[in-house]
Amino acid sequence: MEFKDAIKISINNLRANKVRSFLTMLGLVIGVMAIIIIMSVGAGAQSLIINQIKGFGTNIITIMPGSSDESGPPTAIMGITITTLKYEDSLALEKKSNVEHAVAASAFLTGQGTFSWKDSSIETNFTGTTANYLNVEEAEVERGRFFSKSEEKSMARVIVLGSVIAEDLFGNQDPIGETIKIKKHAFKVIGLMKERGVVGLENQDNKAFIPISTSQKLLLGVDHLGSIRIKIDSTENVDQSIEEIKQTLREQHDIDNPKDDDFTVRAAAQALEIVTTITDALKFFLAAVGGLALVVGGIGIMNIMLIAVNERIREIGLRKAVGARNINLVTQFLAETIVITLIAGAVGIIIGAIISGLVALVANYLDYDWDYIVSLQSILLGLGISSLIGLVFGLYPAIKTSKIEPIAALRYE
Amino acid sequence: MAAKVKKALIELTDIKKEYVTEEVVTKVLHGINLTIKEGEFLGIMGPSGSGKSTLMNIIGFLDRLTSGKYKFKGKDVSKLDDDQLAEMRNSEIGFIFQTFNLLPRTNVLDNVKLPLIYSKKKNKIELAKKAVEAVGLTKRISNLSNQLSGGEKQRVAIARALVNEPSLILADEPTGNLDSKTGQKIMELIEDLNEKGHTVILVTHERYTAEHADRIIKIKDGLIVEDYKNHVRRRAKDGELVK
Repeated sequence: MEFKDAIKISINNLRANKVRSFLTMLGLVIGVMAIIIIMSVGAGAQSLIINQIKGFGTNIITIMPGSSDESGPPTAIMGITITTLKYEDSLALEKKSNVEHAVAASAFLTGQGTFSWKDSSIETNFTGTTANYLNVEEAEVERGRFFSKSEEKSMARVIVLGSVIAEDLFGNQDPIGETIKIKKHAFKVIGLMKERGVVGLENQDNKAFIPISTSQKLLLGVDHLGSIRIKIDSTENVDQSIEEIKQTLREQHDIDNPKDDDFTVRAAAQALEIVTTITDALKFFLAAVGGLALVVGGIGIMNIMLIAVNERIREIGLRKAVGARNINLVTQFLAETIVITLIAGAVGIIIGAIISGLVALVANYLDYDWDYIVSLQSILLGLGISSLIGLVFGLYPAIKTSKIEPIAALRYE
Repeated sequence: MAAKVKKALIELTDIKKEYVTEEVVTKVLHGINLTIKEGEFLGIMGPSGSGKSTLMNIIGFLDRLTSGKYKFKGKDVSKLDDDQLAEMRNSEIGFIFQTFNLLPRTNVLDNVKLPLIYSKKKNKIELAKKAVEAVGLTKRISNLSNQLSGGEKQRVAIARALVNEPSLILADEPTGNLDSKTGQKIMELIEDLNEKGHTVILVTHERYTAEHADRIIKIKDGLIVEDYKNHVRRRAKDGELVK
């Protein structure tokens, strides 16, 4: 018996009973669809998160005050203020003699306050930083300029605004040259930042930058730093640089025993790895759950095929009477099951792809940086698993046809 | 007139058949001895339970004998395995059943083509079309089986029986489900086949039908009780008895 005959018989039988065929396939369609959606939406969410983390910069190392163990969150995030990180540390870390592959280091100290200009005022935050902020963060000024190294050290009362703060305070008016008051001190607006949107999970346009010394001494009355970020020349050198940074800080802070470290050094590259591992695991776990739906669908199909074998007992008897061997009948019924599961799989893939596409559409409409990913891998997986289900769950009914004797079958009412 | 020496197609020697279900042994055939020559038109008659269907099934390779010897075309076919039996059914036997047994939701051509699917023949569609033509159903070749009348269904069955060019045609009560007029037509067809040289075995419990054959054997309680040449052949064409 030729293969195409088996396929022809399968399709004929499917068309003969469209409602039953549809219901038979439904379980499998839903299962495959679920897996496609999970993998696609999962990949989209994963890429969204990873893109955000990449925004932190994969060749940037962040130093925060306070120790924490390698895998946990830094203490600084917990809301406790630790004052061990100093401006001099950032200067030391920028030196190539200390950190061989350092390009530039910027220091940060943020605070909150009321910004007022003429009649308008807003409650917002200010970020004290160093002049090489633009270099380290790869940001740009749209109009005006950023503050200089000397302004950085001399407590200059100058401020560079992000587009959101500028708009909130100034509306449509050009803020450059204007004076705003923060905590009773007058600041001259010298620059407007180019829009960056959400990077590294923060809206970068909702920031205002002032010299670090101004932030520390004038506005906050402290002399510590909130964090330091160092740009390394290439991602390959990050690991080495991390060690050098730790060494340098230990020297700066007079620490002999690494257990006494009062700082935390993190690289975005590590976070990236961790997040990728976690989201991968999540994706596959969910897909496995989807796999359960497939097994249920397969059992349903096996049930239907068992009934079909029973219903078609006369047909089976007839085929054997005209010369079909057992293997011909087994092949025929197995082919029928596999055709059903393949069609169900294909339909599931198409519906799954459409739904994932809709999700991507909505996400992008809501301004999320969402990639629509339906990988060839997931399609092949969907088709492969469907065929496998057909093979596994179709085998038992198919083998049952061998037990049928033609004489008895032909007399079956 | 020089008589052509016809070869023996089937030689049955002391065929016995019993069925074993759980612990009950049912003996159906108690020792059948029968030789059928090529080109013969044999009628097997007997009441229900006589064993005539069992005999037909054994001859037609649908069932295995319990003991005895079965020679087909001179070869011993007493102990064939399942696949070999299937092969014999496919290439040597053409079945015609009382209940037609066509594939549902399938058209005439595909029904007739069925035995060819399990053979290695190349020009399947042509052979099937030829067989459909031979039974006069070319006009209905695309119709589905459920769109046919009883007589047309049986003709499809006959075409199917012929399509693999078998050595033997086995008809089991071929007119049992047909009215007398249609039945007449079918018997005409079967007679035709025999005249063309096909060996035909007709199994029936009706004397009227059996009388179309030129040799009749009667079976009772698993044994042949009568075996005679039928001199009063009924000819469907004429509807009359012929000497």
